[in-house]
Amino acid sequence: MSKMNVKELLPGGMIIEPGSAINFETGDWRSSRPILEREKCIDCLTCWIYCPDDSVLTKDGRMEGFRYSHCKGCGICARVCPKDAIRMEPEGV
Amino acid sequence: MKIGINGDSAIALAWKQIDPDVCAAYPITPQTIIVERFSDFVADGEVETEFVTTESEHSAMTVCIGSASAGARTVTATASAGMAYMWEMIGIASGMRLPITMAVANRALSAPLNIHCDHSDVMSTRDTGWILLFAENVQEAYDNAIMSMRIAEHEDVRLPVMHNLDGFILTHAIERMTTLDTHAVKDFVGEYRTKHSLLDIKNPITHGVMDLQDYYFEHKYQLVEAMERSKAAIDEVFEDFAKISGRKYEMLEAYRCEDAEYVTVVIGSTAGTMKETVDLLREEGHKVGVIKVRVYRPFPTERFKELLAGRKKVAVMDRHVSLGSAGPMFNEICASVIDLEDSPEVVNYIYGLGGRDVPVSDLKEVYMNMIEGKCNKVNFLGVRL
Repeated sequence: MSKMNVKELLPGGMIIEPGSAINFETGDWRSSRPILEREKCIDCLTCWIYCPDDSVLTKDGRMEGFRYSHCKGCGICARVCPKDAIRMEPEGV
Repeated sequence: MKIGINGDSAIALAWKQIDPDVCAAYPITPQTIIVERFSDFVADGEVETEFVTTESEHSAMTVCIGSASAGARTVTATASAGMAYMWEMIGIASGMRLPITMAVANRALSAPLNIHCDHSDVMSTRDTGWILLFAENVQEAYDNAIMSMRIAEHEDVRLPVMHNLDGFILTHAIERMTTLDTHAVKDFVGEYRTKHSLLDIKNPITHGVMDLQDYYFEHKYQLVEAMERSKAAIDEVFEDFAKISGRKYEMLEAYRCEDAEYVTVVIGSTAGTMKETVDLLREEGHKVGVIKVRVYRPFPTERFKELLAGRKKVAVMDRHVSLGSAGPMFNEICASVIDLEDSPEVVNYIYGLGGRDVPVSDLKEVYMNMIEGKCNKVNFLGVRL
């Protein structure tokens, strides 16, 4: 995506499109990735509550994995999981 | 109507006539009378303004930023240490392009502690993206308060404006002034409508974003362009103001400069004393004049060039010293005239720091030193060496 110039940008850095943070992909900041071990997971969704980036995917109250396009690999989900169902694996190995 | 009034009360009166949506302020000498008088108007129900009493100037400007982002016409006032305390938020107000207007009762910065007039407070903000207006007398302090609103909210501008008045000399001294009719003031400023309000829930927006290497520079350049465009907008507002007041202002006011060989450039109340000095020296046959600076930001470079070309000598009067350099206006005027073919010799006088009195006899000395070739490049008027 080409970057907007002085004429195209709104004054003061104003953004008039709501929810546009979704367009800013932060997944490439990650140095380690969370991996779900589905057989250990009890769908308590503690990881979903703690994730600072809305990167835990759920459907109908069930843990479905991670949104790797935005997950920064902070590891909070792995730390808070009561069943050790999330492990962190180094990226690029 | 002609009334006797001090500069601070004149600004409170202008605000009363405008009836802004929000005022968030913290009192500080010599600005206190402005917020005291205005809070009287609020308490007495003479305006509909929401008056937010904050615990500090930093908070006052923060409230102003929030309120202006929400689309409210917002005013505040400060001075000296208070302005220093709100400094971080001053750049945020302009960077977010919020048309806040702020009265500044110019007062020296500590230390040593001093409550009297110089321009060290406002001059510290000259790079922040605020438009800076100055007043020579109480009438101009009142007029600037009204015109500031139109300039700030002008759609080509959308920048905050500081309208300055010299602490005590103008804030507390009672002068005769002509008021405008309240309806005329209200018609002049009009109703404020912002395109993008934080409270418009049907069109959600984000104000105050983070901008890194990829966009910060472009947004700063937009400020550069807005400042440049503001020159025409300021002229337009001055023109319109003349229609309702009969008082026609210019960014730079040249007094008895037609054939003047020796010219001073001065900001604020000292301009009045300087005009008196010029009159006295003219009677003695000296070709002298003075240029009064009403608008310091945007800096009227082109107009300075027109007015200063061909003069023998120019003394720039700075009521502030950029320590380790010289007066800020001196440096900028030198930069403005340097490429003129008939550039004048320019010298600098630092004067009146901490409210030091500036009598006609001192200002006469400035001209006579120029005429007799006794000036240094940078001079400190009246300091005991």
